[in-house]
Amino acid sequence: MPKPGSAPSPAPSLASAVALAVLLTTQPAAAQDALPDSLTGTKGDPARGRAIVADRRRGLCLLCHSGPFPEERFQGTLAPDLSGAGARLSEGQLRLRIVDARRLVPDTIMPSYFKVEGLTRVAPAFQGKPVLSAAEIEDVVAFLTTLRD
Amino acid sequence: MRRLALALALVVLPAEADDRRSGFDVMGPDTQAMQQDDTANPGILWVRDGEALWTRADGGKSCAACHGAVESMRGAAARYPVFDGAPLSLEQRINRCRTTHQGATPLAYESQELLALTAVVAHQSRGLPITPDADPHLGAVRAEGERLFRQRQGQLDLACSQCHDDNAGKRLAGNLIPQGHPTGYPVYRLEWQGMGSLQRRLRNCQGAVRAEPYAYGSAELVALEAYLMARAGGMPLETPAVRP
Ligand code: HEC
Ligand code: HEC
Repeated sequence: MPKPGSAPSPAPSLASAVALAVLLTTQPAAAQDALPDSLTGTKGDPARGRAIVADRRRGLCLLCHSGPFPEERFQGTLAPDLSGAGARLSEGQLRLRIVDARRLVPDTIMPSYFKVEGLTRVAPAFQGKPVLSAAEIEDVVAFLTTLRD
Repeated sequence: MRRLALALALVVLPAEADDRRSGFDVMGPDTQAMQQDDTANPGILWVRDGEALWTRADGGKSCAACHGAVESMRGAAARYPVFDGAPLSLEQRINRCRTTHQGATPLAYESQELLALTAVVAHQSRGLPITPDADPHLGAVRAEGERLFRQRQGQLDLACSQCHDDNAGKRLAGNLIPQGHPTGYPVYRLEWQGMGSLQRRLRNCQGAVRAEPYAYGSAELVALEAYLMARAGGMPLETPAVRP
């Protein structure tokens, strides 16, 4: 986890978070395991996504997960290995797991990366901001789909 | 009612197999050796400082003027927090003595002097089992502490219990998640390169989940302390502990 006083995440994207709330509630029942549509309307960039996933202050992913990052020491053992995630899960399934993993596992420790409401005592530097912006989430999703084995 | 029963049950030491582990039990052998050797344990410097402060007449009277030798504090820290008009942590007790009995000013949280006095008092209980105070007022305080322990907080929306009850023993990046027992405070933490109180530790964990930390001395932190000490009831005190 970041140390207190570490740099806050980039720019707030409240508008897109609100748009997402609409999106989530209007998904057809059959698609509840996935969020098929891009949050930004465009495809993310896998190289940027890889950098976010590996960055312990932005993506935070490797605090909990391990994955195919030979250069990264001290990966977490709290969550499934990310290797092969793109083979196990569709793009839409991956997106939903980043946006709001709690929809699938209500008591999971995996943070909901696009959530800004219903939180308690958020530190001032992070108030009203999701952990990652819509564009960052699309980058992460684009990267995860490349993890085929 | 169930809450209260639960809180009271906590005071009774568990009879069944005990799988509680102090941070000491799960840290590396080098750090364990450092804690156990008084000539290598940096926390001992604060204890020595505290011994000097114990006999210094601040505001006209020293601690020793009322209490005698610091050894008279044996067992005291093992009971804290206590209830005396309000829930009171050990630091708050020391500051209350300063203002009401010594006519001195309260010491700031995390100041060298308050850490030193807390360390020397808690050191007198080294090796003694944590013995949560039986004052019935503390039941509600512990129940509130447990509620806070189980409440998700911060931008990452995680509760203390999710790490320390559900995932202790696993690794958060390079760090082994301990069960979170307050067995050695104040501790010398290698990452801090210094001594810190239990409240500093709890505020650090809040910062890690991007929550706004409770203020030093707040009712919330004292309630969490009371819950954690009851949860660790029976485990030996180690002050001054060393932690990674
Ligand atoms: C605080 C811990 C934590 C963090 C941080 C975290 N995750 Fe997770 N993640 C989990 C856990 C635990 C699960 C398993 C779901 C469950 O059962 O709780 C999971 C599940 C997943 C899954 C589904 C895996 C599968 O094979 O089904 C994906 C994909 C995933 N996470 C990606 C990410 C990415 C990418 C990030 C960072 C942007 C991230 N996670 C950050 C804890 C975390
Ligand atoms: C995301 C995981 C996580 C959460 C949530 C968390 N902690 Fe911790 N905690 C840790 C880790 C990891 C350590 C070990 C020190 C370190 O590496 O930072 C620790 C250390 C501690 C310790 C010190 C134990 C010792 O041996 O000295 C206590 C006490 C504690 N936490 C209590 C709490 C409380 C109370 C909360 C909620 C306000 C909390 N923690 C929330 C991960 C967490």
